[in-house]
Amino acid sequence: MDQAVQSKQAGHDRSRYAHIDGWGADLDRRNCPAYPMERTPPRLENPPTHAPEQQPVKVKVFHSTERSDITPIFGSTVPPSGISGRLRAWAFRYSENNVFHWLLLLLADRVNMMEGIGGDLRRGHMPNLFREMGGRAELKHNPVGFARKVAIASVVVGVGCYFFSRRSRRID
Amino acid sequence: MLAMNYRGPYRVRAQHKAEPAIEHPNDAIVRVTRSCICGSDLHLYHGMVPDTRIGSTFGHEFIGVVEEIGPSVQNLKVGDHVLVPFNIFCGTCYFCQRELYSNCHNTNSEATAVGGIYGYSHTAGGYDGGQAEYVRVPMADVGPTVIPPDLDPDDAVLLTDALPTGYQAAEMGDIEEGDTVVIFGAGPIGIFAAKSAWLFGAGRVIVVDHLEYRLNFVKTYAQCEVVNFKEVRDMAIHIKKMTDGLGADVCIDCVGCEAVGNAMQSLTGRYMKLQSGAATVLHWCINCVRKGGVVSIVGVYGPTFNAIPIGNAVNKGLTLRMNQASVKRHLPRLIEHIQAGRIDPKQIITHRVPLEEVADAYHLFSSKLDDCIKTVLIPPRTASATAAVPV
Repeated sequence: MDQAVQSKQAGHDRSRYAHIDGWGADLDRRNCPAYPMERTPPRLENPPTHAPEQQPVKVKVFHSTERSDITPIFGSTVPPSGISGRLRAWAFRYSENNVFHWLLLLLADRVNMMEGIGGDLRRGHMPNLFREMGGRAELKHNPVGFARKVAIASVVVGVGCYFFSRRSRRID
Repeated sequence: MLAMNYRGPYRVRAQHKAEPAIEHPNDAIVRVTRSCICGSDLHLYHGMVPDTRIGSTFGHEFIGVVEEIGPSVQNLKVGDHVLVPFNIFCGTCYFCQRELYSNCHNTNSEATAVGGIYGYSHTAGGYDGGQAEYVRVPMADVGPTVIPPDLDPDDAVLLTDALPTGYQAAEMGDIEEGDTVVIFGAGPIGIFAAKSAWLFGAGRVIVVDHLEYRLNFVKTYAQCEVVNFKEVRDMAIHIKKMTDGLGADVCIDCVGCEAVGNAMQSLTGRYMKLQSGAATVLHWCINCVRKGGVVSIVGVYGPTFNAIPIGNAVNKGLTLRMNQASVKRHLPRLIEHIQAGRIDPKQIITHRVPLEEVADAYHLFSSKLDDCIKTVLIPPRTASATAAVPV
């Protein structure tokens, strides 16, 4: 017999696992309430007897072109708006099978981020990037890393300012 | 109400927004008493999931008290303390009839692959999540489960996703007695997958990660072997040396699209977005498992495509199994395991943070600071009753 097979069979000794809480408790998975992985009808207490009724549509909700319509239940949070909303509408003209659909949605997300900053400023709220990016936790738990990031950012900003000022002087 | 508010990649804040309302006769409004930050929330936080809109509230792991119910709700009453599975499902569609609750066809208009998920982008239905004081819970008659009185709320909140996902990862591995199981990722899901592998009778459980503090934790908590992949030259050779040259019987991916460990995968997947995240762990799983073995995938990947050695999978005759966890199906057995003392989920909680400090909590978890494994967010009304410590 192959040495690897012998080794595997030799290792089979239940007493080796006595120190492991619950070892083998689900070894015979037919005894598990969740066996098999898929079963019809589903094991629900008081299962619903009919499909859910349609949730009233009060905001713009996109639906995949792989569906005929909006699902009976949907999330209504953050409806599409602005340029990102138009990009999303464009994306939903393509099926999930088309990578263009997903790339447009990612683009819309980045545009939406800029819209979010614009919206904050319009409401007179200056986003606190330090706090929003967890700067306090970084400062407390990784002060060396924080100092390194500040140093790198300072160098980048400094170099940028230097080249910008040189260019401005040349134009003058 | 106070809620987590997404402002763009790596930017979140706690902000007041309107309280949710009943929008469907089978809705409930739940006052959140605890919510967790999940590893998969970090994919949203890092801007990896398409259609993640500014102003969204994340959070698909939460428990709370029923405050209001819609007119058709019969299985819940106001005042019930419930754990809410992360899947939003109808219980009646083709897929729910097969207990594939995570694939419900009636709760996500925007995509067909996955059903609705709380606070997980519009690609998962556009629902607000539970990192807030209140949350709308659709299909209240089928989703939520009343928390048994002897179950610790910290255990209950981990039953909404992390524990069932780890358990299903092991279940999908079709582990046979004495099998060698290699689990990639020592985060909460990987830790619970390791624990679950023993329940299914594994002979060896090996967990792979690069964070020493997590490897040390899982080694003690799940009584398993550990491998730090930063100390390994070639993962496939290393695992084969550990398994008499055959490879593992089962490999489990508990990492997903933000894996580190392969520069090319990280460059093309995480930074250039030329694929749906880095498929490093899928690559390792396929090449580390033995011929005829099983690869189980619960790590989250994006919807486009990934570079994986599918030819090797074909030539080795592998079985690949994957899905989001069907949480409701697992709850009865997992509650039994907790009550019997076989699993103590709450041990993985390392941080309790007030909801007001959500930005710091995300950064802490994302950057793996302060030996963070699992963070629980405590909303203001609950904070007085529990020990929430600013990070």
